[in-house]
Amino acid sequence: MQTKFRGYRRENGRVGVRNHVVILPVDDLSNAASEAVAHNVKGTLAIPHPYGRLQFGADLELHFRTLIGAGSNPNVAAVVVIGIEEGWTKKVVDGIAATGKPVTGFGIELHGDHDTIMRASKMAREYLQWSSEKQREDCDLNELWVSCKCGESDTTSGCGSNPTVGNAFDKLYAAGCTLLFGETTELTGGEQIVAARCRDEKVRSDFMRVFDRYQSVINRHKTSDLSDSQPTKGNIAGGLTTIEEKALGNIQKIGKQCVVDGVIDKAEVPSGPGLWFMDSSSAAAEMVTLCAASGFVVHFFPTGQGNVIGNPILPVVKICANPRTVRTMAEHVDVDTSGLLQREITMDQAGDKLLDMMFRTANGRLTAAEALGHREFVLTRLYESA
Amino acid sequence: MIHCVLHDPNDSVAVVVVEGVKAGQTLTGLILDEDRTITLPCAQDIPLGHKVALKDMKVGDTVIKYGADVGKVVAPIKAGQHAHVHNIKTKRW
Repeated sequence: MQTKFRGYRRENGRVGVRNHVVILPVDDLSNAASEAVAHNVKGTLAIPHPYGRLQFGADLELHFRTLIGAGSNPNVAAVVVIGIEEGWTKKVVDGIAATGKPVTGFGIELHGDHDTIMRASKMAREYLQWSSEKQREDCDLNELWVSCKCGESDTTSGCGSNPTVGNAFDKLYAAGCTLLFGETTELTGGEQIVAARCRDEKVRSDFMRVFDRYQSVINRHKTSDLSDSQPTKGNIAGGLTTIEEKALGNIQKIGKQCVVDGVIDKAEVPSGPGLWFMDSSSAAAEMVTLCAASGFVVHFFPTGQGNVIGNPILPVVKICANPRTVRTMAEHVDVDTSGLLQREITMDQAGDKLLDMMFRTANGRLTAAEALGHREFVLTRLYESA
Repeated sequence: MIHCVLHDPNDSVAVVVVEGVKAGQTLTGLILDEDRTITLPCAQDIPLGHKVALKDMKVGDTVIKYGADVGKVVAPIKAGQHAHVHNIKTKRW
């Protein structure tokens, strides 16, 4: 296996594989100005979202952690932050500034959109030209942070695309990379398998605590069972029958040798290499956005029926083993491992095929989702606003 | 051609991995964990991705896939029949 890739080394030592200048709204009200700045300064990237007003407590903390994490991601060179007022704007700016990367904030109140857009555009233009001179350099494989989450799964996910990720994760784990999986609900029926893979009793009890917590959320809110939601209608159309079956397929993504080294909350940053479990929703765009906020720079996304998701700052590599999906939705698939199900390739070869695409992606190849303009940036909410 | 795959030799269902599987066909199944094939009868048309039963199962039986419990039988299933939400339910939630 290759041991080097070409990445952008950031001020804090972390390595990114993209070089975005992000225009980051703090709140829903600032989307229009942010998008106007990105329109004025071609090559910058606005990431609009619908939240950021009257949130409080843990939900507000998660909002800030996600925005600061997204801006701090090493795939981002510099950030212009725009908020309706200056207090929360400054909080996001200060959080991102801790990485050492260039970041400036603009509050709209007392200025209006026009004046804010003009000043923010000038700063965005400076950042864009500055970032355009950044060069890729040789980086060690263990500096690459890789997350995974599957979506629109079907039965081919569990026997084809998910174990392909598992094979690649086993190899990346041995190489000392930082790896992540999550999807708390979608481990239901396989939680004991994950628990048995935890490094020690502390990690195991951390994992079971977050698993049991989410089961209690389901039991509190469910109407009958979750048979309309988990598995999803798409999962069922694809042949998946129960949550247990879906979970056992899902868990194939952590391979056969990886050990679960730690548990983190949503959008928290892992403190060292190894495989981390993030307590998260299983909704694709929410989970991938949280992976970006946790600092991951390449994402493996196995799909069966053909989930088309992407992310503005985290390249999403799609892996598919369903022969009909790779035929009918070819433009969404980066790695076709359908040959696994006809015994044309071995699991080891499928894993290597994915790793080859990972290196190409890290070196600059645009993923299918990037080429198609998929930029789903979806913030996780914990409860209703004040 | 491989028509269906199973993970563990003890699985009671296999996943159809090609389009156009019809009642009356004899299917070739690949056991992934052992990299060997078996043959089995098919009693109903089964879509790509859906499961075929490898043995007769009665109400209350546990369905085995990945060598593990994936749910319970809620309507009788005969070997070769389509096994899905009409005859299998979760044991959770």
